Amino acid sequence: MTEFTLWDIVRNLLLAARWTILLSLIAFIGGGLVALPVTLARISQNPMLRAPAGAYIALLQGTPLLVQLFLAFFGLALIGFNLAPLAAAAIALTLYTSAFLAEIWRGAIEAVPRGQWEGAQSLALTRWQQMRFIIVPQALKMGIAPTAGFSVQVVKGTALASIIGFVELTKAGTMIANATFDAFRVYGLVALFYFALCYPLSLAAKSLERRMAVKGH
Amino acid sequence: MNLTLADLTDHGELFLRGTALTIALTFASLIAGMALGVLGAAGRRSTLAPVRWITGAYVELIRNTPFIIQLFFIFFGLPKLGIRMGSLEAAFLAMSINLGGYATEIIRAGLDSIGRGMWEAGASLGLTRWQSFRLVILVPALQKVYPALTSQFIIILLGSSVVSQIAVEELTFVGSYIQSRNFRAFETTLIVAAIYLLLVLVFKWICAAIDKRVFAFARAGR
Repeated sequence: MTEFTLWDIVRNLLLAARWTILLSLIAFIGGGLVALPVTLARISQNPMLRAPAGAYIALLQGTPLLVQLFLAFFGLALIGFNLAPLAAAAIALTLYTSAFLAEIWRGAIEAVPRGQWEGAQSLALTRWQQMRFIIVPQALKMGIAPTAGFSVQVVKGTALASIIGFVELTKAGTMIANATFDAFRVYGLVALFYFALCYPLSLAAKSLERRMAVKGH
Repeated sequence: MNLTLADLTDHGELFLRGTALTIALTFASLIAGMALGVLGAAGRRSTLAPVRWITGAYVELIRNTPFIIQLFFIFFGLPKLGIRMGSLEAAFLAMSINLGGYATEIIRAGLDSIGRGMWEAGASLGLTRWQSFRLVILVPALQKVYPALTSQFIIILLGSSVVSQIAVEELTFVGSYIQSRNFRAFETTLIVAAIYLLLVLVFKWICAAIDKRVFAFARAGR
């Protein structure tokens, strides 16, 4: 039997952490791209757009991420795509992220005072122009801190991809724990790895929040 | 895909038992987690610096690591220190500690929103700092952050699906068990998702009802 030194464990976790980072990036960027049209539909004046966007968000926020991962994994297999766990995890996490980002951004847009819309209207701007030149620049300020904050949830969410068999930080930890019989040390280290990834994001979100709050008032 | 009602009715009792355990686990963790949150929030504002540091470290550790790792550490890791427990106890402990970390931060924000005047009013009635906290400050502080707390409760309810990974026989576990028998993974998981959605909707409705009754004072004066 080969012995695992502390360095062996750390090295393997470091290698696996790359996949956690990659999956987080895919989910966050993909989620942002999907969230854009969802947000626009959600705040649209047309109920035919608003209602489906609302249902989309309610469905994704009202079911566990783990169940969504299962649905992506089994569902894609069912329609003939026997996808690698990475693809299923990327799809599920992207959709999950998009629902939360859309809700955050809707909140930011609705937090812009009504008078700003009216002022823009009185300048005879079209709705699209009002949005682009008046509302979005102000909403961006309010939305940026919670968006950064949500990135922490995305990184932590990728841990569940381990359950459908994608080898990232958590799955690597489980494999090493099973090989070394030292779950205490291995999961302790895995927790530290996640902390090292998430804590800077939390701090950034907090500092953005402070800066935007000062500017806004 | 052909989804039939038989998928649900064949295993109706199993689904029901899983759902019941999900509800029971969530409810128990909400109580314990809120108690931890109130203590933690008091600790975050303590006059003793070490108490502030310890509660601060607790909050940051919980909020910056995934729930599944917290669960695995408790269930698989702690036996090394001689702390052994069954999967149900580990699930309850992990969920409570997790909620406690988030609730600490949320309740602290609520406490921060209560003006000095309330504390002074308590002191002028001859209450100690702890009595003022418990009798004067706590309820209005909770009322201020009630929406954030209920969202966190829903996150705990949905997060409980993860404890299926240490073989707690809650809703998600039951779903996995059933699909291993009927080989209808997608349909079974859809049913599980629908039950969670229903639970969330009912839970939101209950939270709104509680808000109406318990925090009626907040609207009374307006």
